[in-house]
Amino acid sequence: MTTVLTTPESVRELLAALAERQMAAGETPGAPAPDPVNLPMIRHWTAAMGDRNPVYTDEEFAARSVHGGIVAPPAMAQVWTMPGLGGERSPTPVDDVLAALDEHGFTGVVATNCEQTYHRYLRPGDRLVPATRMTGFAGPKRTALGEGYFVTWEVTWYASGEAVNSMVFRVLKFRPRERKSQPGIRKSYPLRPAVNRDTEFFWEGVRKGELRIQRCARCGELRHPPGPMCPRCRSADRTHVTASGVGTVYSYVVHHHPPVPGRETPFVVAVVELPEGVRIVGNVVDCRYEEVGIGMPVRVAYRRMDEDLILPMWVPRES
Amino acid sequence: MTIASAIAGIGATEFSKRSGRSELQLAAEAVFRALDDAGLPPSEVDGLVTYSQDANQEIAVARETGIGELSFFSRIPYGGGAACATVQQAAMAIATRQASTVVCYRAFNERSGRRFGQPDATIGGEPSSQGLEMSWHVPYGLMTPAAWVAMFARRYMHTYGAGSEDFGRVAVAMRKHAATNPAAWFYKRPITLEEHQASRWIVEPLHLLDCCQESDGAVALVITSLDRARDLRHSPALIAAATQGAGAGQMMMTSYYRDDMTGLPEMSVVGRKLWEMSGMSPSDIQTAILYDHFTPFVLPQLEELGFCPRGEAKDFIADGGIELDGPLPVNPHGGQLGEAYIHGMNGIAEAVRQIRGTAVNQIKNARNVLVTAGTGVPTSALILTTP
Repeated sequence: MTTVLTTPESVRELLAALAERQMAAGETPGAPAPDPVNLPMIRHWTAAMGDRNPVYTDEEFAARSVHGGIVAPPAMAQVWTMPGLGGERSPTPVDDVLAALDEHGFTGVVATNCEQTYHRYLRPGDRLVPATRMTGFAGPKRTALGEGYFVTWEVTWYASGEAVNSMVFRVLKFRPRERKSQPGIRKSYPLRPAVNRDTEFFWEGVRKGELRIQRCARCGELRHPPGPMCPRCRSADRTHVTASGVGTVYSYVVHHHPPVPGRETPFVVAVVELPEGVRIVGNVVDCRYEEVGIGMPVRVAYRRMDEDLILPMWVPRES
Repeated sequence: MTIASAIAGIGATEFSKRSGRSELQLAAEAVFRALDDAGLPPSEVDGLVTYSQDANQEIAVARETGIGELSFFSRIPYGGGAACATVQQAAMAIATRQASTVVCYRAFNERSGRRFGQPDATIGGEPSSQGLEMSWHVPYGLMTPAAWVAMFARRYMHTYGAGSEDFGRVAVAMRKHAATNPAAWFYKRPITLEEHQASRWIVEPLHLLDCCQESDGAVALVITSLDRARDLRHSPALIAAATQGAGAGQMMMTSYYRDDMTGLPEMSVVGRKLWEMSGMSPSDIQTAILYDHFTPFVLPQLEELGFCPRGEAKDFIADGGIELDGPLPVNPHGGQLGEAYIHGMNGIAEAVRQIRGTAVNQIKNARNVLVTAGTGVPTSALILTTP
């Protein structure tokens, strides 16, 4: 939901006037595509996207299809005139408006709409020329991201003067919210462990950089998670040992959904087996989740979650 | 049991995503339908049993339905593990003359109200035994049922060479069964293995289609003595065995510290007891209702109960073993993956229909039906039989 806000009148008027001018400027042609529509590019794109439709790549198949020959996937519309890595973008009427928004503090950007219209299939040999016109300017609006302006433009691609594809694109340029907390003070981490007299020794160890395992003072049995009694000898007399801090991943999951408070997805949680003979659960961090596997050697690392809480986590270790 | 008991009535609301009514109303509607199905008036009921997690107190359900006085009421903990134990408690109450007619119920708006799959940051917050147990997991973001189950599933895959497709075949079979069940949410909506594989990750190795749906609805069951049940409207479903089970070193849903993590020791406990109590063996069972909140646990259930050797459930399933024409049709109604997620109670109602011979996907000569409850948690199970 968006609502209109008051901003300094002058900034608002200045931006509105600039937008008005740029919209009145109409369509501005850009640099022609460096290459005509071509099969190698189609092949790379369809391979990357996993689109196996042979009408895009197989001459014989395409010849027998309704198209009578190879056509480019419509969704490649934008591909043909992209400037490429390090290439120079040709100027458009939108540039000045975006620059003015940056200048007035609306530095955040998020794309909100992209609608493409395909007037006809593109065929190898078509040489495209883009043209951009600005079509909309709305704001200031209050959004979840912050106060901002919606800017809309339309790109039309021409082949020999014929409009073949078009695209309406909209972005929200917003003023990033100021951080409410003072620098250096973290938000409280929401996933807190309950601690009582039976488990306090573990968390005290974590604060000191020690991974503690409960040990029965009478029979020596190690136990994790800990508890008040030794189930082997009934002793309530307990102490602890400090684990070596290494382990191997026994099982693990990659959490994608739903969102978890205080966490960014995806994240890895593992059951880690310790050489001492117990297992413990924790996150595997400092590596890509694709790299985690059963049997992976890890070592403990301590991560501060907020002012009060440190959690033991696991990072890759050379075996 | 000194007095044999039977399920004499079943009732349910529609299964939906938004019931539009309170959970108490759902409970009352299901209870009325179960009593009507049995042909008994509410005044005959003197016992009520539900799950600890159910939001409707026994006395509230009794008030809404005009049940009147109660001489027995009881609740079973551990989430969906309670399902068959409600029937076990009812049977025990009847056997020991604590009650003569007991209604078991489960009612919730699990989709439009509180959703069990959503993280609850407070579950590890209290230093109760459960809060402390959760505290070894929740701070690391391991806090949804899908994630707890996925941890077991990954180890199972590693140990037995199972793949995501092996879990997917369970989902495909359940949706196939549901497709011909008009009461199922996924009626006429089967899926393919390709769709299962393409569905998004929830918690790897679980895809969306490995997770059962979320439902609003209620199911109620009427249990009374076999002698009494014989005089009622339908042929009784005799309770041949009913039992609860927790394994050694059991936790609520994170028993990662006790063994090789590839089995369900609590299901072995109930399985052994079921065979002992009923005098039956796996080959005596014509169809099974196996708890399917997540696909991976259907595999170790088949193994723990003795329907196939350990580690071979994937082959049993790939050969069509759990389909309607297979050696052990599982969840002919479509299970929780296909029909509805009513915490296992809808599966018990299906078992009764199979015994009566009135199920939409009726298994021929279904004389003995085995039902399990929540998996990965302390659980329960039962066998219904034709008297």
